[in-house]
Amino acid sequence: MFSEWKFTAKDIAKKPDLFMSGHRACAGCASATVLRLVLKAVRGPTIVTSATGCMEVISSIYPYTSWAIPWIHTAFENAGANASGIEATIKILKKKGRLKKEQIDVIAFAGDGGTFDIGIQSLSGAVERGHDFLYVLYDNEAYMNTGIQRSGGTPHGASTTTSPAGKVIPGKVQYKKPIANIMVAHDMPYVATASPHYWKDLITKARRGIEVNGPAFLHAFAPCPRGWRYDTSKSIEISRLAVETCLFPLWEAINGEYQLSAASKVIALKPEKKKPMREYLKMQRRFRHLFTPQFEKVLEEIQRTTDERWQRLLKKCGMA
Amino acid sequence: MTSQKRNWKEIPLAGVCWKPSTEYLTGDWKTYKPVRDVEKCTRCTLCVVFCPDGAIHWNPEKEDIEFDYNFCKGCGICANECPTKAIEMKL
Amino acid sequence: MENVVKQKVLALNGDEAVAFAAKQSDVDVVAAYPVTPQTIIVERFSEYVANGEVDTEFICVESEHSAMTACITASATGARTFTATAAPGLALMHEMLYVASGCRTPVVMVIANRALSAPLNIHCDHSDSMGERDSGWIQMYAENSQEAYDSVIQAFRIAENPDILLPVMVCLDGFTLSHTLENVQVLPDDIVKKFVGVRTIPLVTTHEGKNAPFKLDTENPMSMGPIALQDYYFEFKRQQEEAMKNTLKIIQQVHEEYAGMSGRRYGDGMLESYRLDDAEISIICLGSTAGTVKTVVDELRAEGVRAGLLRIRTFRPLPVEGIVRALKNVKAVAVMDRSMSFGGYGGPVFHEIRHVLYDASTHPCLVNYIYGLGGRDTSPSQIRRIFEDLQRILQTQEAGKLIRYVGLRG
Repeated sequence: MFSEWKFTAKDIAKKPDLFMSGHRACAGCASATVLRLVLKAVRGPTIVTSATGCMEVISSIYPYTSWAIPWIHTAFENAGANASGIEATIKILKKKGRLKKEQIDVIAFAGDGGTFDIGIQSLSGAVERGHDFLYVLYDNEAYMNTGIQRSGGTPHGASTTTSPAGKVIPGKVQYKKPIANIMVAHDMPYVATASPHYWKDLITKARRGIEVNGPAFLHAFAPCPRGWRYDTSKSIEISRLAVETCLFPLWEAINGEYQLSAASKVIALKPEKKKPMREYLKMQRRFRHLFTPQFEKVLEEIQRTTDERWQRLLKKCGMA
Repeated sequence: MTSQKRNWKEIPLAGVCWKPSTEYLTGDWKTYKPVRDVEKCTRCTLCVVFCPDGAIHWNPEKEDIEFDYNFCKGCGICANECPTKAIEMKL
Repeated sequence: MENVVKQKVLALNGDEAVAFAAKQSDVDVVAAYPVTPQTIIVERFSEYVANGEVDTEFICVESEHSAMTACITASATGARTFTATAAPGLALMHEMLYVASGCRTPVVMVIANRALSAPLNIHCDHSDSMGERDSGWIQMYAENSQEAYDSVIQAFRIAENPDILLPVMVCLDGFTLSHTLENVQVLPDDIVKKFVGVRTIPLVTTHEGKNAPFKLDTENPMSMGPIALQDYYFEFKRQQEEAMKNTLKIIQQVHEEYAGMSGRRYGDGMLESYRLDDAEISIICLGSTAGTVKTVVDELRAEGVRAGLLRIRTFRPLPVEGIVRALKNVKAVAVMDRSMSFGGYGGPVFHEIRHVLYDASTHPCLVNYIYGLGGRDTSPSQIRRIFEDLQRILQTQEAGKLIRYVGLRG
């Protein structure tokens, strides 16, 4: 089904950046790394579209652009519809003989804002219609571009500006919407999760998403030094811890069949390698209020729900 | 600065961007910059892979990595991730 | 009149007529969502697709917002695009209308005019399209299904003109036109195809320093829809206004060319003056009501009353000079508005006519008649009473109440 493309770090290093330097992302932005890595997976002519958000704003401050390939942005909630229009046009122009290229891939980038919440309708519609495109969600767990407001992707207990940790309420009370599972429930050909520390896994999955015939969804974890409040140098390390604590497990669902990948697979086979949530949470000041006597039990909640979700995933993968 | 900006008749049609971001040097954002100990460096190129700004390049002729301080924002990810701790962030 | 092409007559309602026009216009992508009273357009078009009668990719989107989005990106990728909507659908698309005109994508859209909620009402008034008059779209209003058919075909040529590159909305009254059967003369397929031609795409300078056709093309990458800060946004908008300025002339040219081919003309393409040359009193209106007014004008003329009608076909851009010229000798004018601007001291058309005439050397007396909201029918006798009001105004030289309502109880 997939080309099983083999590559080394050097191969990736040699490939030119289609997401060019000079963009205005914050220092240490993992979303920028995600974008660079996904575009390393491009196999030929590609058109990209973005929803409004961090990666769109920092890459297209007029008159500058960081996109070395054709790119369009229209609004916040419609990355799915953007991709639908482009993909339909490629199809019909090829049919009418007005497009000579054999294959043009379409990739849509959107943040958690433009995916979990305001963008979910457009994404769901595009997937239901079966357009051939890859949708990449770069998840920094809040509406970062507008100033760190909570989203459906913000985890339980995180402090954001609209779910602040206060004297009475310990940050966000709701849980992270299981967006990737929602996408699997669409019966779509390919859904995967990825984290930039596991760059090889991420690029492989991006390539699979591009290759698959029909819609593909890649949920990429993207730590944000500004919003999560940690030193800029730690983004990739935190993206590793998220996987090692099973907070953000790595898996693929190919035609609905779940399978674990990379470090998550290792942890499933060797549960002693699973790290406790505290290690991950204490690195980020958005969780620091949880390390007080008043809100300590939230830490236990987070550990418990993480373990529950992990067990459910193991069951789906047949590894319980 | 304002006098250099194009008027409405001069900007290209329809808001198409007319400059690549490589003309906007973000290197002056940094406080610390990465400095490499060439002895410790194994040329694994992980720093090239992880850099959010693509500010580290692999030079195939020299078979070595190069920092592009024109775009490096000094985030320190390369130093943090280097498996041999060959990179140090210095002022 | 040159060679008028031989045409077939089909019994079509307004929705069917515009779907037929779209079918003949070599549209590449249609992305649409059904909403009363436009549903027949999408249904008919779906049939064409299912029967292989069109070479069009039809995206059955999940909302009107996505319909306009997909049309914009399809158009940006080089497709000729078409869609249709009405009232709540148009309101839902509102954000994207500004994006379409801002991105200079020549999308053609039909509006089956319908009242905006609340309360819910599926019938005709102009509140939906009037609410979008600032969006940067070209707006044209059809008097009958024949004109709707003709206007859609012309719309592609207008929108895609490299000096314009603005999206066009063709408005037809919901139910009154959209669902009413009419004899529509249709041009042969090959004639329409030749008239609309292949989409001309102008060149634009990209970030690679190349001059390339303005579309998403992997040969010549470019970035569309950037963020423009305080230092550039204003200049973009001025460019759009310049395109609007170029539009009136081109609408006239396209209209003339089409008239030569079809034998049908709608005034000068922007305004239609009906028995206005020596008129003392006149009504100004848009859409199907003009048909009723024409009948009443004829009756009054037979009785020796110097009545006339000015129908506005192109509302955006506003044909300022034409309006001033048309009303030069008219003494009293009733501006009929099929929508309201709450708290705005009159309806939108009234505002604009008054504004246009402010600097004119002579002013007729102008009064506003709000009518037909939520699909309320306006009868010939009600129109006649408006003309009688105008006659009274002429006699007494007093306008009286400036804002009036037709057929409102209470």
